[in-house]
Amino acid sequence: MNRLPLLAGDDLAAVFAWRPEGPVSVGDYLADVHALAERLPATGHLLNLCHDRYRFAVGFAAGLLRGMTSLQPSSQSPETFRRLAADFPDLVALCDDPVETPELSRFDFPLLVRGRSTPTIPQIAVDHLAAILFTSGSTGLPQAQKKTWGKLVLNGRAGAQALGLDRRPHVLVGTVPVQHSYGFESTFLLALHGGCPFWSGKPFYPQDIASTLAAVPQPRLLVTTPFHLSALLAAGIDLPAVDLLLSATAPLSTKLATEAETRTGAPLLEIYGSTESGQLASRRTTDGATWTLLPGVRLEQDGDHTLACAGHVEGRVALSDVIELLPDGRFLLHGRHADLINIAGKRTSLAYLNHQLAAVPGVADGAFFLPDEESPDGITRLAAFVVAPGLTARQITVVLRQRIEAIFLPRPLVLVDELPRNSTGKLPRSGLQTLYAEHVERAGHGRS
Amino acid sequence: MSQAISPEAVDALLPEVADLIVTALNLDMSPAEIEADAPLFGDGLGLDSIDVLEIALVISKKYGFQLKSDNQDNVRIFSSLRALATHIASQRTQ
Repeated sequence: MNRLPLLAGDDLAAVFAWRPEGPVSVGDYLADVHALAERLPATGHLLNLCHDRYRFAVGFAAGLLRGMTSLQPSSQSPETFRRLAADFPDLVALCDDPVETPELSRFDFPLLVRGRSTPTIPQIAVDHLAAILFTSGSTGLPQAQKKTWGKLVLNGRAGAQALGLDRRPHVLVGTVPVQHSYGFESTFLLALHGGCPFWSGKPFYPQDIASTLAAVPQPRLLVTTPFHLSALLAAGIDLPAVDLLLSATAPLSTKLATEAETRTGAPLLEIYGSTESGQLASRRTTDGATWTLLPGVRLEQDGDHTLACAGHVEGRVALSDVIELLPDGRFLLHGRHADLINIAGKRTSLAYLNHQLAAVPGVADGAFFLPDEESPDGITRLAAFVVAPGLTARQITVVLRQRIEAIFLPRPLVLVDELPRNSTGKLPRSGLQTLYAEHVERAGHGRS
Repeated sequence: MSQAISPEAVDALLPEVADLIVTALNLDMSPAEIEADAPLFGDGLGLDSIDVLEIALVISKKYGFQLKSDNQDNVRIFSSLRALATHIASQRTQ
């Protein structure tokens, strides 16, 4: 059977990760992986909830050694955990934080004792189902995106090549969680197959990001999002030297990209992709709107639809964006299909949210509404209009919080007597737009 | 500043910080509706980490200090309006 190594390098003394207490070598990492693999219950499915990027990396690899598949949901709501536990009865949750997860069978990340023997670099079968990343489906059921080990290796290599990290590895500092596709590819896979050591934490406040960058050696790569980047620059603090900036999850304005490059002196590269397809293309935002495909990846068009395939892409994946192909593996993006929304990098669909809203006991009818964006790089919040006689907005929100991510909770949630449905029962956006304008008008008067 | 902060000083700051939260996040409520000891996250106001960064930015401009997370605990000082006001009172430089 065809196998590929867990990681690309063979220098066991090289730095694999930076932790607050110092560097961890590749050899130490492998020793931790083997030590955890001996204790981890090999049940088939691993829900790796570790906040610490290094512990996640140990858990993921230990799971691979035990033939397990890593489950990576897009949300950590109690409803998500309940459904995962029902769909994967053998699931074990690896946790490094005393979070309450009563729905799950948990295994707390243990204190590891490294063995004395020199560890070898494990070889993993290329067709092993290494991870399942979930996206929220339009029917309300999460869609499983299966990733085999062979494709993940290609994914890490392609990402490193596109960013030039294969020639000059950088130390990765990520502000994004390692479980979600962007953080998974651009911090974890780049570490394994791009030879880039990573910082184990996830700095949050602008001051944390600055301190963390200063704590690791150059060259440094900041893996972040438009929102975190915008907050970092707005804080007006002194930034330590940074050599490369990476942004993904949401469109980045040229204005913010220019400001970021001017302030840091580092090029800013943007990544385009999706959880379904993995990362597909990159560009330097200040160089123009054109994207360049990652090595090995191909786009094909069928009518209005564009499909990604080849390289590290699993099968043929229909993309949700309107794409114009250019020569030489380049393309332009022309917006997204209407039902899909992206808030602060988290994606979902209005259909999914409406399904969750309708499932709240006492809700007779309801619809989410995404107002037009007020400013680029800012966060636009959803609104919802709900028919629920006898319930308060607060009561509905409490139940919704169990079902959807906080970022998608409506602000405001407006109770109405009926929704402006047309004769066929459809709810035109214009009708919701009018309701929203009326509400904003009223709220404005009420607050003055 | 490391001297103990009096409860009175924190109480006096509460309306100002409540107003800051409502304005920064464009919340659909009046500042007086935010209870001083109710959680800002979860079943309270239901804030998320995006909100925390928005508020942190406004705090740094208004009170002249940068928020930092020790022990990766981003939300400790955001546990309630009173916790946040106490933190501001102890850290402010302006």
